[in-house]
Amino acid sequence: MSASAATSVLAVRHAQKRFGAVHALKDVSLEAYSGEVLALLGDNGAGKSTLVKCISGVHALDDGEVLLDGEIVSIRSPAAARRAGIETVYQDLALFDNLTPAQNFYCGRELAFPAWLPQGLRFLKSAAMDRETAAVLDRLKVKLPKFDAPVALMSGGQRQAIAVARATVFARKVVILDEPTAALGVRESRKVLDLIAQLRAEGNAVILITHNMEHVVELADRAVVLRQGRKVGELKPTRASQQELVSLIVGAEA
Amino acid sequence: MAQVVGEQPEIAPGSTTGDRSSRGTAAVSLGLRLLSMGPLLILVLLAAVIGLLTPNFLKPGNLSNILAQTAVIAIVAIGQHLVILTRGIDLSVGANLALATVIGGLVFRVADSAPLVILAMLLSGVAVGAINGTAYVFGRLPHPFIITLATLSICRGLALELAIGHTTMRGMPDAIATIGGATTFGVPNSFFVVFGVAAIVLLMAKAMVWGRWIYAVGGEPEAAVQMGIPVKGVLISTYVISGLCAGIGAVVLAGRTAASSPLYGNLLELDTIAAVIIGGASFLGGRGHIGHALIGAVMIGVIRNALNLLGVDVFFQMIAIGFIIVVAVEADVLRNRLEARARVMQAARTS
Repeated sequence: MSASAATSVLAVRHAQKRFGAVHALKDVSLEAYSGEVLALLGDNGAGKSTLVKCISGVHALDDGEVLLDGEIVSIRSPAAARRAGIETVYQDLALFDNLTPAQNFYCGRELAFPAWLPQGLRFLKSAAMDRETAAVLDRLKVKLPKFDAPVALMSGGQRQAIAVARATVFARKVVILDEPTAALGVRESRKVLDLIAQLRAEGNAVILITHNMEHVVELADRAVVLRQGRKVGELKPTRASQQELVSLIVGAEA
Repeated sequence: MAQVVGEQPEIAPGSTTGDRSSRGTAAVSLGLRLLSMGPLLILVLLAAVIGLLTPNFLKPGNLSNILAQTAVIAIVAIGQHLVILTRGIDLSVGANLALATVIGGLVFRVADSAPLVILAMLLSGVAVGAINGTAYVFGRLPHPFIITLATLSICRGLALELAIGHTTMRGMPDAIATIGGATTFGVPNSFFVVFGVAAIVLLMAKAMVWGRWIYAVGGEPEAAVQMGIPVKGVLISTYVISGLCAGIGAVVLAGRTAASSPLYGNLLELDTIAAVIIGGASFLGGRGHIGHALIGAVMIGVIRNALNLLGVDVFFQMIAIGFIIVVAVEADVLRNRLEARARVMQAARTS
């Protein structure tokens, strides 16, 4: 068991989660490797979002374990997940409309001084945060109309790019993206897919939730399919296996 | 290409042509800028008009009067503004202030010591604020309206119960009377208190991580949790600071009147909420700065003073302020719509 764990960045073992009468996750196990995009597929209500929320600290697993670099970790909060090196881009983006891109980037982990004060009482290093954010957006070729305007004034694609770019800065091990292209047009989706490829190139283990099979075939190295809270398949997505994937998702035996 | 393109952000039909959209963008951003400047412009215009109507208005003595009368509202509104930034509301500030003056008055009976009396009033204010915050957060109440309404009633009742003779108690240490009532170079000392409180809160809200968290929690509470911000602590802190501001307001008011009373601060919650909203902060949370609270407080002071000078009925003052609140909230709604428009135009321009 420990031998296989050594090669994976993130492993989930026998995950169980219930919400009242709903059995959302039934003994789900998966592994994610660095430099690889793992697509997490399934119909609505299959348990993808629940699984992701359990990994990113929003929910706690009822049973089962999460391993990071082969060690069992207990992730009790989103903050703990981020500290452990797991970044999540939520479906709702978790952006602050009233803050600027740079303020969004660093929200919850502001660069601040002096170090001997508790984080909340430290003073913001605004110039440094602006500089870093500008550098990252530049590196990822994300263009924004105005750097110091609140993100409320930016388009869906720009906001998505900001959220993904934020994850790239802080991700050290795992990046989870929950339907990052769901609300985007073709061109804006393309931009986000490029960003995801870049995340992979930088050595992260990327977990991608999406309904778009084209994106899966193009980008994902491996696909795990969930159905009604159970893992029903795992395969390498190719043009040839696309039909098989869809069958797994909807539950029809092809 | 894939047929799963997803929904486009709602692009208004016909707004995509380059020239028209760029002109539209300019108009929208001008509108947004005007709205953000609005309250200050209105205050300046108001002062100019009133100055023309009643020459007495702009005399130094009267202006200093307005500052003194506005001080308590301004100080408490600063605290209220932090609470409103987090989408909350603190209805207890007036009763909290009254209780603080009564407790200060009781301490004064025992010891004629300004530091002790001030400390008692501030602690009383902080304690009520802490109760509001912890009960709201850990009682999982749906809205702070409920707990602060409860503490409004409790504090007012407690103040009446504790006050000797259940009414106003005369006397305050000299130093407190000086803080609340005297002037320095013609400027009321209470103005310096407002200035000091505003400067400290401004520094905390804009330069410290704590302030950034307040804006984050108010802007997107769900995201704040996801980003690992200690949301509960942030919420509680705003109610504690609001309580502290009520305590500071108690010191100023008790000083100005050299008395303490369970009847003080009646409807102060409405004045402070009105000040914050009139000043231009958003009731929807996450937007606004301390200047808004101060401008709103001064505007209320100016309107009251002017209507007094013009000999207008006190009841009409309430009506006037009510109308201004409606206008201010409508301006907030308009701003949100303009921002949505700007967002759509942005999407249209880049795609």
